[in-house]
Amino acid sequence: MILEDLHVPRERFEAETGWALKPQGACRGEICVPLPPGGDLVDVGAVAERLGMPLVHDEEVGLWALGPASLEDRALPTAVAPELELPDAEGALFRLSSLRGQKVLLVAWAPY
Amino acid sequence: MWQALREELHPQGLEIVTVGMDTAGPEACRPFIEAAAPTHPSLVDVGHVMAERFGVVNIPNGLWIDEEGVVVRPAEPAFPPGRGARSGRGVPEGTPDHMREIFEEASKIQADPDAYVLALRDWVAHGSESRYALSPEQVVDRSGRRDRSSAEAAAHFALAQHLWRAGDEPGAVRHFREAHRLQPDNFSYKRQAWSLASPGTGPFERFWQGPVEGREAEWPYESDWLSEVRAMGAERYYPPLDLTPADDPQA
Repeated sequence: MILEDLHVPRERFEAETGWALKPQGACRGEICVPLPPGGDLVDVGAVAERLGMPLVHDEEVGLWALGPASLEDRALPTAVAPELELPDAEGALFRLSSLRGQKVLLVAWAPY
Repeated sequence: MWQALREELHPQGLEIVTVGMDTAGPEACRPFIEAAAPTHPSLVDVGHVMAERFGVVNIPNGLWIDEEGVVVRPAEPAFPPGRGARSGRGVPEGTPDHMREIFEEASKIQADPDAYVLALRDWVAHGSESRYALSPEQVVDRSGRRDRSSAEAAAHFALAQHLWRAGDEPGAVRHFREAHRLQPDNFSYKRQAWSLASPGTGPFERFWQGPVEGREAEWPYESDWLSEVRAMGAERYYPPLDLTPADDPQA
């Protein structure tokens, strides 16, 4: 997640990190990490610290990058699949969660 | 690619979703998607969001998600039926020596597409009773390492991609290099960066993945595909596909 400012709207934080911000904390699947009370703007520095997300700053270009959570040192902190919303080649958005009720083989490939 | 398997297994309740990851943009994926003419969702991911969210460190990789949205096999090497790595391709006349060497090395890469597809069919038929469906604890455990330095690598990779798309090539290279340093076993980070820097031409442009002879000083990275795969041994390029049944004590 690329940031110009360390306070971002809740919806953007949720969409770009895959973590839902609920009254009980930052949640993914059955895991909820308690957070300090916050408003509609997320204090990214505070949340990053609780979730073990690195914040990298590039002074030259004036941008921050927020890395993924490193809880338990595993790429998946829970087996509950995170949301994934991506476009097809024509730009139409597709949500992985729209396939609930079916088995899914999710394949990553690359042209390089 | 995956279309024939999708036709076979979709009536039994499986959907396939392919995600083409490339910072170069959706146009880089388009010719491959058009050639495959998939009827399943075929998505493009210019920011490698899927890789970050699911722990993908090389491609191709697949993971299985059940009807309730629970991952039952995390990311692991996944080739469509009948395809193993880049082996078995004839090398056409006039292929540059550098590419011949890459093809020769790639032919040593180990992949077991048949075993993977057999396991997939078993899961589609038997669901959670399949010996290949892992428990939530096994899925988390096998989902790949993400310590502090690999999480930092992901942040640098995100910055690198952002700067590349903004036209800041030196800035992008700076952060690609940091991502490579912090998580050296992430081949997606390397292949992406190397392919964007590749000075090759023609059909091999994206696969050159290294310096041109006589112009080595222009190459901005510590390593390149051919040197790295030779040093590590091509047979270690993908981790071995572990299809030990989930109820086996060694699983």
